[in-house]
Amino acid sequence: MTVAVEASDLSKTFGDVEAVKDVSFKVGKGEFFGFLGPNGAGKTTTIRMLTGLITPDSGKALIDGIDPQKDPIHAKMKMGIIPEFGNIYVDLTAKENLHLAGKFYGMSKKEREKRASELLQILKLKGRENDAVRNFSKGMKQRVNIGCAIIHEPPVLFLDEPTSGLDVQSKRLVVDIVTEMKEKGSTIFLTTHNIQEANELCERVGIIHEGDLVAIDSPERLRNTFDKTQSIEVSIEGEFDIDMLHNDHVNKIERSGDKLTIFTDHPDVTVKRLVKLTDEEDLKILSLRTQGPSLEEAFVRLTGDNE
Amino acid sequence: MRYSEFLRGVITTAEKDVKIYYKKPPVIIFGLLFPFLMFLAFYIGRKVELSLFFPGFLAMTLFFTSSSVGPLVTPWERQAGTYERLLSYPVNIKAVLMGDILAGSVFGIAISSVVLVGSLFFINMQIVNVGMLLASILMGAVAFSSLGVLISAPATTSPSSIMMLSSLIRFPLIFISGIFIPLSQMKGVIKYMSYISPLTYLVDSFHSGIGGKNVLPTGIGILALLIFSGLFLLLAIKIHKRNMVKGL
Repeated sequence: MTVAVEASDLSKTFGDVEAVKDVSFKVGKGEFFGFLGPNGAGKTTTIRMLTGLITPDSGKALIDGIDPQKDPIHAKMKMGIIPEFGNIYVDLTAKENLHLAGKFYGMSKKEREKRASELLQILKLKGRENDAVRNFSKGMKQRVNIGCAIIHEPPVLFLDEPTSGLDVQSKRLVVDIVTEMKEKGSTIFLTTHNIQEANELCERVGIIHEGDLVAIDSPERLRNTFDKTQSIEVSIEGEFDIDMLHNDHVNKIERSGDKLTIFTDHPDVTVKRLVKLTDEEDLKILSLRTQGPSLEEAFVRLTGDNE
Repeated sequence: MRYSEFLRGVITTAEKDVKIYYKKPPVIIFGLLFPFLMFLAFYIGRKVELSLFFPGFLAMTLFFTSSSVGPLVTPWERQAGTYERLLSYPVNIKAVLMGDILAGSVFGIAISSVVLVGSLFFINMQIVNVGMLLASILMGAVAFSSLGVLISAPATTSPSSIMMLSSLIRFPLIFISGIFIPLSQMKGVIKYMSYISPLTYLVDSFHSGIGGKNVLPTGIGILALLIFSGLFLLLAIKIHKRNMVKGL
């Protein structure tokens, strides 16, 4: 595997808090890597150390073989960064923001004009390019933010919670753009606490909890680590006592809207009993489906149910 | 890092500052209106020869204009959340701060030049040393914009707190710097205090360029401003670096 991003024993302490503890991993060139963790787990601190924004207390990071602490300018030229709290300049227009980013990356005026025009089209901002960003919605601002990070077509793209708080359309657009960057050969490093998103997009995920990297593997393998927990999602019409669904093989039952999720280590036995019970009580099953172990379950197990 | 990359960071940061911060109300109020109002407050009603008062007024204008951009930029960027975005570009904190200094200096030089050229038509004054006058404007602008950037170093996301701190530092300086009381008439503690103010050296250098009535030996003012600039810049880099993480 050709390595694009490498963290070796990265540690960072703020006061008495050990934010990141000896975190090590490698991300291959062209890989879509997800970095998951609950709030305050150390995701942003790790990404800031990788991108050279903060200095680790110990350990080392390499981006395409360049140490961002020793040579931050050349390391940053290789990356596009979408910080979680990094906004664009609202006093400038979308086009001015893109040109400003291009200037920082050393692009000529001709290159900036061409790329900005392409990006405005891709980001669905044509027609609004000369409007001050202060009048944009959150989703539109995030699209400009992404444009600023990818204007120089970086080989490595860091995204810190890029879809947090966005509407469905903007979220979809962000995902499409990032997926396209990956298809063109860029390495994507995504931090998120959206497990569904990580599950769908990432080839491998690392899970960080209280500063420790507690797992790193493909979503599929992580799911299978906890293969004992499967679930049955059922929707039942009629009045009944939820406790009657409990048996020796049911670990817990959760209600979500009009559905119940029954966590069990023996789905076959549980489904048979459920059908029998509903038949006896004259209840109607509206829908029923069994689900395999989820990445969310793996995440919850690894992070101690903190989310 | 190559020199050209550093310079690119400085110039792009300065361009960004010019586009965004020159129009901000605190810059207009503290940079343009204040020196004018101070001039009116201290000139009107006093029997002072305008040509003698002018070097002090010009120094005050340069002081307020040059030091008005720097204190605003970093706290504003922290508050708006653009600070992390800026630092994620291929630029380091030194280039960002020098870009802020460049933007402040250009603002100070431009406004002061307009005031100087405009005043030449109305005030009967004699420019005896053009080189000294231009060097003083340049060094004064760099020194005071560096001071402005240093003032912005505390880790706060509130521009108003920094503007208040900025006023607390800047206002006392104008009273001990030979603007309203000539340096030659100062005595005792006040005279010694005046030497710790960079503004004193600018006022004296302007007297050297306009009218030729300087107190300090010619060139000392420029040298002192150079030393103050270096000192302010080094301190600003050190404190901004220390507070960088807090501002993300």
